[in-house]
Amino acid sequence: MDFYLAAVLQGLCFSGLALGIYLSMKIFNIPDITTDGSYTLGGTVTGIMLAAHIPQGFILPAVLLSGGVAGGITGFIHTKLRINALLAGILVMTALYSVNLTLMGRSNLPLLAFANLFGNWALTGSQGPDSLIVLLVITAALVFLLGYVLRTDFGIAMRATGNSESMVRALGVNTDRMKITGLAMANALTATSGYLVVQLQGFADINMGIGIVITGLGSVVIGETIIRRFRVVQPVSVLAILLAGAVLFQLALAVTLTLGIDPTLLKLVTALFVLLIVSLPRIFQSRTA
Amino acid sequence: MISLSAIHKTFNKGEPNEVVALRDVSLALKPSEYLVVIGPNGSGKSTLLNVLAGSVLPSSGEIKIGAQNVTALPEYNRSKWVARIFQDPLKGTAPELSILDNFRLAALRTSAKTLKVGTTNTFKDAVKTQISQLGMGLENKVNQQMGTLSGGQRQALTLLMCVMDEAKILLLDEPTAALDPRSAELVLQTADKLIREHQLTALLITHQLKDAFRFGNRLIFMREGEISKDLDAGEKGRLSEEELYKWFM
Repeated sequence: MDFYLAAVLQGLCFSGLALGIYLSMKIFNIPDITTDGSYTLGGTVTGIMLAAHIPQGFILPAVLLSGGVAGGITGFIHTKLRINALLAGILVMTALYSVNLTLMGRSNLPLLAFANLFGNWALTGSQGPDSLIVLLVITAALVFLLGYVLRTDFGIAMRATGNSESMVRALGVNTDRMKITGLAMANALTATSGYLVVQLQGFADINMGIGIVITGLGSVVIGETIIRRFRVVQPVSVLAILLAGAVLFQLALAVTLTLGIDPTLLKLVTALFVLLIVSLPRIFQSRTA
Repeated sequence: MISLSAIHKTFNKGEPNEVVALRDVSLALKPSEYLVVIGPNGSGKSTLLNVLAGSVLPSSGEIKIGAQNVTALPEYNRSKWVARIFQDPLKGTAPELSILDNFRLAALRTSAKTLKVGTTNTFKDAVKTQISQLGMGLENKVNQQMGTLSGGQRQALTLLMCVMDEAKILLLDEPTAALDPRSAELVLQTADKLIREHQLTALLITHQLKDAFRFGNRLIFMREGEISKDLDAGEKGRLSEEELYKWFM
């Protein structure tokens, strides 16, 4: 039971990541893989601030800002310097590795000795369910906040930018600026996942972000399958389902691990699993079409 | 209202595929003038329209809208005055957004898109009233995705979207090229009506000589990047279709 609860907690921690990937890849149609770097950046910033005994109230804004700056730089390189989005993302991600290592000063930062977000709530009397409640509150807040933004006039312009750029430009939107803002938001969201994971597991690690973009993508694809199946259009519901996708993805991985798969192969299993869920609907579609 | 002076545009300058699209074109449009532009393929019609819209910047020359020099202004900054309809019906709307969201964005063409929910019930009713004048029954489908509609329906809605916000200039780039005759007729009639009602200065590019004949109060014929004929309303009225046809030969 604890094992599956851990998977659910992990999944909820990845909700920011799933929302970020959804924003960049689905809403803006930009294959942004700054993710691996901005996720670790969020974790690094959290780690060093916790270790320096900086109050929680300052940590999350700093994390959002750091992720936003990282995404903004990718957006700038992509739109203003006219570099392919994938390459722009790889460049920033690579640069962030050194940035993170410099910030942390070492490759692993243990944080168990410091108070964190999940400690001392005493809501249910045990750590696991307490963490679950805390995470549910935080992720619900993220969903409602982003859901609201997407419904506003600004949000409509955002959604239209990835959908019909020619139209949006003719309607007075600076699409370059919009994309930079969008990538900044996406990576700020991704950084919150780093923020949550580091506090949940009690350490920050320079390699924590390797392949994390696949986890985000897998979550989004699972979510999208549900969204398409039930024709969900309401932004808040769409985002909530993406969270469910993130949790389901972690649960599925947990199940594969209980089947006795060597943890060394976890990334391989993750990649294969994403390949499977991405390709299945297509294979199925081409049969029925 | 609009003045273009000595506009020159060369694409791929200095390369083997260099093309001169506009050669020192000067053109002045009075308010409420409805200019029809015809000419063979590659004569510079679309470039002329794009230069006005701001999606193509001229190599040299000056563009003024009213008293303001807009020569270097990018497209998104000219939307204050200019609304446009694309040749491809898919380009003027966002397919995955609802009709309502598309109209909301159009209603904000000249203003900032802020963090405020603008798709209120009042707005929805206003959109429904607008759409009902098309007589297509689309007013009951405002929450439907734009992409589920036909090209003709989308093009007609795009026209209405142009007048959701204050507009002075309407640019129509072969708006009916991809439409069946009936939809084409509806779109052109709607455009004509809106241009009159809102006293727009308009520019229509068309390959349909019949339409060039029926619509507008001024006609220019372009050839090789130059305006080779310029007819006012009276001269346009006296023109015969055979004569028009001969220009192309």
